[in-house]
Amino acid sequence: MDQHMLEKIALNVIQGRLEADDEGFDEGLEGKPAVTELVKQAIRDGVDPKSIVLEALTGSMEVVGEKFERGEYLIPDMLASAECVGAAMDLLSPHLLRAGVETKGKFVIGTVQGDLHDIGKNIVSIMLKGAGYEVIDLGADVPTDQIVRAVKEHQAPYLGLSALLTTTMRVMKDVIDKLKEEGIRDNVKVLIGGAPTSKEFADQIGADAHCKDAFEATDLLKAMAH
Amino acid sequence: MDNEQPLNSKRTDSSTFGPYRQGVLVKPYERLNRHHIKWLNDASMSILNEPGIWCYNHRAANLFKAHGAEIHEEKEASGSFFWRVRLPEGLVRDAVSKAPSRFILGARKPENRLLLDAEVPRVYFGTGSEANVWIDVHMEEFVSVDDSQIKVKVPRFREIRGNTTLLCRAAKLCEQLEHLDFFIRPLNIQDSDITSNNHDANKFFASLNNTTKHVQAGLTSLERLNDVIKMAEIIAGGRKDLIKNPLISFIACVFKSPLQIVDETAEKVFAIVESGLPLVISSSPQGGSSAPIQEAGMVAQINAEILAGITLVQLIKERAPVLYGSVPVRARLDNLFDLYGCPEFNQYNIDCVQMARFYKIPCYSSAGVGDAKVPGMQAAFEKLFTHLHMAMSGAQYIHYAFGLLDRTNSFCPVQAVLDNEQIGKIKHCLREPKVDPSITADMIKMVKKVMASSHRLFARHARRAMHAGDVSSPYRFEAKESEDKALENALGYMTQLENESAPHLDQATVDRIFNEIPGLMPGLRQVVK
Repeated sequence: MDQHMLEKIALNVIQGRLEADDEGFDEGLEGKPAVTELVKQAIRDGVDPKSIVLEALTGSMEVVGEKFERGEYLIPDMLASAECVGAAMDLLSPHLLRAGVETKGKFVIGTVQGDLHDIGKNIVSIMLKGAGYEVIDLGADVPTDQIVRAVKEHQAPYLGLSALLTTTMRVMKDVIDKLKEEGIRDNVKVLIGGAPTSKEFADQIGADAHCKDAFEATDLLKAMAH
Repeated sequence: MDNEQPLNSKRTDSSTFGPYRQGVLVKPYERLNRHHIKWLNDASMSILNEPGIWCYNHRAANLFKAHGAEIHEEKEASGSFFWRVRLPEGLVRDAVSKAPSRFILGARKPENRLLLDAEVPRVYFGTGSEANVWIDVHMEEFVSVDDSQIKVKVPRFREIRGNTTLLCRAAKLCEQLEHLDFFIRPLNIQDSDITSNNHDANKFFASLNNTTKHVQAGLTSLERLNDVIKMAEIIAGGRKDLIKNPLISFIACVFKSPLQIVDETAEKVFAIVESGLPLVISSSPQGGSSAPIQEAGMVAQINAEILAGITLVQLIKERAPVLYGSVPVRARLDNLFDLYGCPEFNQYNIDCVQMARFYKIPCYSSAGVGDAKVPGMQAAFEKLFTHLHMAMSGAQYIHYAFGLLDRTNSFCPVQAVLDNEQIGKIKHCLREPKVDPSITADMIKMVKKVMASSHRLFARHARRAMHAGDVSSPYRFEAKESEDKALENALGYMTQLENESAPHLDQATVDRIFNEIPGLMPGLRQVVK
C-alpha cells in the first residue's frame, strides 16, 4: 500500500503535477490527484515521511535530471518537478523535524539592493528547494544589512546572491565585506550568479563560487557538501 | 468588369478532399486596394485587346477565333508568320470564370497531398528551377601561420553538373525536409545518356521514386508526355486513380514576354490539358527588358499574359485545373540579369497574388531566390526578404523556395536545409492567432494561479503550449559559443537526414515501369528495402 502510494507520488513528481488540475507531461492525467493531494493523503495514512523523501522525491528528481540531460525535458518541466518536491517538503517538514530528519542545509538567497530582477533567483530557489535544501528566499532589491542579518539569524551555511545589472553586481562585494565585518564570512559559502557575473568577477569580490545557472548551483552545493 | 463583384462562383460542391498537408493559413498582407485591382484588371483587358497577343501557334489562334477573338495573320521581318489575336474582355472573363478555384494536387502518400483553394490563403512551399549546377559544400580547417593553436573552419564549395544521381539525392533529401510541401525538380539532368527523348521519363522517375510529395515539372518533349502519364498511372493505380490523385502536374511557360505565345509550348498545353492533369500557366517577364519596370506596367502585362494562357486552357477544356503562375522579376540595371531579392520582386509578386485571388484561381508564386552564389549572409538576407513577404501574401503555392543560389542557376542541398529551417520559422510566425473566450479564460485562471504562488513564475505553465508544439524552438543551427556555425551545423544535420532510407517504390511497380517506359537509366532502378 505504502509502496503504491510512493510510486504514485514519484510518478507525479516526474510528471511535474503539483495539484489535481495540472496537466502534467503525458496526456490524460488532468483531474487526478497530484503531488500535493497525494502527500497529504500519505501523511494521513501514516506513511513514513522519511521514505516519502528518499523513495518518492529524491529518486524521481534524479529521473527528471536525466530526462533533461537527454533533451526530453526542458526548463519548464524541471521547474514543475522541482516545485512539486518543494511543495511536498513544505508539507513534510514538520513531520521530518519530529522524526529528527534534517534538510541538506539552509540556503539564504536574494537579489541585491537596487536590482528588481528575480527570475533567475526564483529558478535557483525552486530548484534548490526541490533538491532538498531549506531555502530562505529574501526576494529582490534586498538591502545588504537584511541579507547579512538573515545569514546570522538562520546560521545558514550557504548564501546565494543574484544581480542582473552591471550597476548592481558590485553590491555583491558590499555584502561580502559586511559578512567579514560581522565576523561570519568563514561560516558561510557565498555563491553568486546573474547574467553579467562571471567566475573572474566572483574571484575578484571574494565569493566562493560563480554559478552560471541553477543546475550548476545544485552541482556546486553537492560538491561543497563532500 | 465590376470589380466589387467577384467572378461567378467556381466552388466545387462540398466535396470531401481527404487528407492533405496543412501548410500555413495566413492573414494575407495586401498592397493593392480594390481600386488598384480594378485599374490593373482594366489595363490587362485593354492590353489583350490592343495590341493583343502575338500567337505563334495556329491551333491556339484558331481556337481563340472560334470563341470570338479577332485574329490576323502577320509576317515578321524575319519572314516567319504569326497571328495577332485581339481578345475581347467578355471572352477572357467567361473563360477565366470557368477555371476551378479549388483542387487537389496529389501525392504518393495521401497525407502529402495539397489542397489548393484560391479563396483560402493556405501557403505551401516547394523547390523549383532546373539548375544546371549542384553545389557541394564541405568544411575545411585552416591553421594560423602565426599560431598553430588558432584554427578556423571555412566552407569550401565544389560545382558539379546536374545528373540523375544528384536529382535522386535532391528528391530524397527534400522528402525529409518537413517544411517542404512539394517537389519541382531543382536540378537539370545532364548525364551523357540523357537526351531530349528520355529526359522527361528519367527526371519524373528520379523524383517519384525518391519522394512521396507532389511532383511537378515542365515537359521537355511533347512526344514523351504519354510515357510520363503512363508512369504516373502505374504508381497511382490506374487512370482514374491518377485523375483523382494527380501525383504529378506540369508547368508550361506558354508566354514569351512580351505577349507572345510560343508555338511548341502551346502544343504541350493542348496535350496536358487534354490529359486531365493539372497545369501551371507560368509567365516570367523581366521588368526593365521584357516588361515595364514600373509596378503598374509589369503587373498589367504579366496579368494579361497569364489570363490569356488560362483562357486558352479553359477553351481547350472547361474546368481544367490550372494555376495562375506569376514569376515577375526585375532586371539588374548594370547587366540586365534577373534581380530577385529586391523590393520590386516582392511588390510585383504580392500584386500578382492579389490578382489571382481576385480571379479565384490558386496562385503559383516564387520566393527564396537571390544573387548570392554560395550560402551565407547575403543568401540568408535575400531569401528571408522574399520568403517572408511572399508567405505573408497568402500565395497558395510558392516555388523556388529551397536551395537555389546564383539566381536560379545552382542548387545547393545544404542551402535547402537552411531554407527549411527559415521557412519553418516563417510558417510558425504566420500561424493563425489562438485567441478566443475559452483561451482567454484559461489565461486569466493561469495569471491568478501564478500571482498566488510563491515565486510568481510562469515557466511551469509554459509546458502545455510547449508540448503541444505552440512554442517554437531556437534556431536549429545556432552555435553555443561566440561564433557562427550555421553552415557547419546544417551540414551535420543534412548528413543525418541523408542517412534516412529513401521512400522508393516497391519492386513490382519499379519492374512494371521499367518494362513499359522506354529510356530509363538502369542506375535509377532502386526499390524499397
